[in-house]
Amino acid sequence: MSTPAITAQPDGKPPRAKWRRRSVLPGFGLSLGYTIAYLSLIVLLPLAGLAISAASLGWNEFWAIAFDPRVSAALQLSFGAAMLAAVVNTVFGVLIAWVLVRYRFPGRRWLDAAVDLPFALPTAVAGIALATLYAPNGPFGAVLENVFGVKVGFSALGVVFALMFVGLPFVVRTVQPVLEEIDRETEEVSATLGAGRFRTVTRVILPAMFPAILTGFALSFARGVGEYGSVIFIANNLPFESEIAPLLIVIKLDEHNYAGATAIATIMLVIAFVMLFVINVLQAWSRKWFGHE
Amino acid sequence: MSSNAAQKNRQKQAIGEGPITRAILIALALAFLGVMLIAPLLVVFIEAFGRGVGVFFDSLTSPHTMSALQLTLLVAAIAVPANLVFGVAAAWAIAKFDFRGKAFLLTLIDLPFAVSPVVSGLVFVLLFGANSALGPWLDANNIKILFAVPGIVLATIFITFPFIARELIPLMQQQGSSEEEAAVSLGAGGWRTFFLVTLPNVKWGLLYGVLLCNARAMGEFGAVSVVSGHIRGQTNTLPLHIEILYHDNKAAAAFAVASLLALLALVTLAVKSILEARFAGSLAAQRRH
Repeated sequence: MSTPAITAQPDGKPPRAKWRRRSVLPGFGLSLGYTIAYLSLIVLLPLAGLAISAASLGWNEFWAIAFDPRVSAALQLSFGAAMLAAVVNTVFGVLIAWVLVRYRFPGRRWLDAAVDLPFALPTAVAGIALATLYAPNGPFGAVLENVFGVKVGFSALGVVFALMFVGLPFVVRTVQPVLEEIDRETEEVSATLGAGRFRTVTRVILPAMFPAILTGFALSFARGVGEYGSVIFIANNLPFESEIAPLLIVIKLDEHNYAGATAIATIMLVIAFVMLFVINVLQAWSRKWFGHE
Repeated sequence: MSSNAAQKNRQKQAIGEGPITRAILIALALAFLGVMLIAPLLVVFIEAFGRGVGVFFDSLTSPHTMSALQLTLLVAAIAVPANLVFGVAAAWAIAKFDFRGKAFLLTLIDLPFAVSPVVSGLVFVLLFGANSALGPWLDANNIKILFAVPGIVLATIFITFPFIARELIPLMQQQGSSEEEAAVSLGAGGWRTFFLVTLPNVKWGLLYGVLLCNARAMGEFGAVSVVSGHIRGQTNTLPLHIEILYHDNKAAAAFAVASLLALLALVTLAVKSILEARFAGSLAAQRRH
């Protein structure tokens, strides 16, 4: 959005560098140079180190680790639980965003502020709190087990609950601004043309929110796949049952099995990058089609 | 008259929901947020004081807690300013200039958000561990990075890397650069322009980014857990200390320490809400974490 002021140099020569537009503002070289140097040192170099370690494993060893039953089970749990949690979060996240944007009721501002709690609360704190709540003798755990016969704490279901906690704000905060910007007039047009409220919501509003909902889902899912701190307290971390992939990386590291840790991390990283790419494409799509971010 | 009112009511319902639907939706949202978010927060404070105020204060003032607190503060005091300088530099380059590859650079800045905390820790173990290329050299020169403070700082910087940049970039893009161009054409230097023109315009967004970055830096668990080695009194941060206490069956002490971090989270959220209510325009509309 910045406005380039000068396109030719003062002495009439054509612009020298074509890869950027000239500007009167100083500090481009310094700020970009520092940005790239710091980025390379802190982020790119360490990640490259992981890629080199993974490459030095060789295909056979890599696949042997990746398809080890315990590793497969952990990856399946991480992705499955993250998927389930993201689905629940998408449903309730859209509902919460809707209520926060469209309705006025006492305590709405408090509720709005509370949505960000999982962003601000350290995962270890959330972990021990959730473990206490959903433990078989905890306030929620006892009710769930005695009344519904469902065991949440110290089981695979506990993983899903922890991931629901950490992922919820991603959906709400992605959907909320889009919902705020939706033109109420289109709803009025739809109503005037005879559509019932349900039809207006499902045929007019939801399609316009769809890219945002999908982005929120993807962000919540991506966060869930990598989550560690909140999960390890509420799950009992049994192999093949409630052991998530990040925990298995930690276990391999404790056993000084660097190859194993590297292989699992690489699989998770590749999938995370694919997710990041998909999220970026979704947001570009959203901008292009609906003019909002 | 009454048929007119009825028609108006029907129209209203056509572009909104009826009072019953409304009440049900609000109740559902409240119930979900109450169970999922508020209950865990309340549990932290209830359990922290569950064994009495005495246990609470004893847990907070124990030597291990104090040293964990000191380390957490030290790590945040290094990581947050480091990412602050980076965030400002990145925002200046990206928001004030047009160049090729900008979108790609933004994606790279987002990378740490996509990486699992455990993997973020692992990359530093692979880089500086005994098995790495650097390992023997570091060992020979008696430089300790892994299982020591430098490793914890590096992992924390990695995890909190995008926070401030991500907050500043959209905000500075939104504001354009006409004010800075005016300052420069009137003869102000680059630093003067930044401190007198740009900084006042973005200070609230910057503060918000710093707060988020700080909350995450003090609360990071997974990445720090991998690189710290869990040496009590030496490389234990507050979140790691919570884990140890909890697994030692000292739940009340664990929750007492946890309540400190929960309080930090509440302060962060409160300041955020105040900033958003007061300076809605000077905080970026679009936000990702």
